[in-house]
Amino acid sequence: MLNNNLTVSPAPHIRSGMTTQKIMYIVICSLLPAGLAGVYIFGLSSLKVILISIIACVISEVIFLVLRNKDPKTILDGSAILTGLLLAYNLPPGVPFWIPVVGGVVSIMLGKQIFGGLGHNIFNPALVGRAFLQISWPVYMTTWKNPRWALDAVSTATPLAREGARSFTYMDLFLGNHGGCIGEVCILLLLAGALILLFMKIISFHIPASFIGTVMLLVWIFGGNEFFQGDFLFHLLAGGLVLGAFFMATDYVTRPLTKKGKIIFGIGCGVLTVVIRLKGSYPEGVSYAILFMNAVVPLIDRHTKTKVYGAQTGKASPA
Amino acid sequence: MENPTFRLALGLCPTLAVSTSVVNGLGMGVAATFVIVGSNVIISAIRNFIPGKIRIPCFIVIIATFVTIVELIMKAFLPALSNSLGIFVPLIVVNCIVLGRAEAFASRHGIVKSIFDGLGMGVGFTAALVIISAIREILGNGTIVGLMVARSFEPALLFILAPGALLVIGLLMGGINFLSEKK
Repeated sequence: MLNNNLTVSPAPHIRSGMTTQKIMYIVICSLLPAGLAGVYIFGLSSLKVILISIIACVISEVIFLVLRNKDPKTILDGSAILTGLLLAYNLPPGVPFWIPVVGGVVSIMLGKQIFGGLGHNIFNPALVGRAFLQISWPVYMTTWKNPRWALDAVSTATPLAREGARSFTYMDLFLGNHGGCIGEVCILLLLAGALILLFMKIISFHIPASFIGTVMLLVWIFGGNEFFQGDFLFHLLAGGLVLGAFFMATDYVTRPLTKKGKIIFGIGCGVLTVVIRLKGSYPEGVSYAILFMNAVVPLIDRHTKTKVYGAQTGKASPA
Repeated sequence: MENPTFRLALGLCPTLAVSTSVVNGLGMGVAATFVIVGSNVIISAIRNFIPGKIRIPCFIVIIATFVTIVELIMKAFLPALSNSLGIFVPLIVVNCIVLGRAEAFASRHGIVKSIFDGLGMGVGFTAALVIISAIREILGNGTIVGLMVARSFEPALLFILAPGALLVIGLLMGGINFLSEKK
């Protein structure tokens, strides 16, 4: 019989005090600076988009949880808020209010809840919403605004989409002094947030490093007029690469489990991003690349399984 | 209820392609129904004479005959519809519903029963097409049967394209499964 002095329990035996909720809120906090920069650069319409997106996501999640007879208080785990934030960061600043509403509903309902809720989704929910919006209303999703202080503040094209009409200095791109999505332009603050996440070990460097590294390498080789002349710094700083590589490809639920898997995942994302950017008809390929690789993650996981401790490879256990 | 689209998941390819407007969906459904009923009748009538091993090619010949009839009638009297349905009219030949019912039912049952089975499947297919087309046309085009639904509504282009079709069919299937399990 069990000795009452000993408590027998299954693994895990070491606890770190981190909860899903804490992680979500830390990620949200690390994203806030970039969003505030977006609001500063593009004006209050960005703030409207961000708030509407978050509210839409949270309300959708509540509705869906109630429909599935689950405890609505789980919205407090912050994942819906994070999805709303990320979705808004992927939108142009001047979109009509119903775009983030529809995007939020689609992100939560089709990107997350329909698969079974947090932890069960295959695809990054914010990207699902953004892809849906992009295909459904391409005009709204590609109408950009210049920074508030620019001479012509109305519509323009992002640096990636332009074919050289106005040249951007690297500092312009780094600080966000150009048109683009709300959360992707201020690379400086995005990197600051990413450093926080890396420092707190919430994300590991494998995915961002392999993703960005692959993009830069391939752009260097193939992106210029001749081989090995591509402007890889431009491609790093323009568009959604930094936002995507650090904050969306590294999403806990949709990324591979092992280090090797993460590197493969990052390389795959990088290759697809470069192919879409250089050869595809969209100027920006990050969101579709990540979505595609999300679908491949189970395959990656299966082939990068680590050995179970104590098991012997190649020998079938007598069943 | 054995609806071919939502329950048996048959004939999804033309469904995806054709259900972009109610008119198209209806036209395709009626054409397919004619083919299903006609071929069911003939196959059922000669079912005892078709050698088992070559029955599929025999079915195809019979089905193709009816599809050609429909195609020629459409081209003559409804050329606009024929143009918008395009290649999917001749493709009714390999529509799984037609072939599937011929194989599963008409080759084993009498003529009258086969007529009713064909009608049932055809009407079910048409109904499914119309429902899906209506949703896709309203959400993706802002029109229904060519009339504008609301002036300020911005249609979501996704629904006119393939992913929209898959989404609508999937969600409808889910909904129907959910409702039928509740009984």
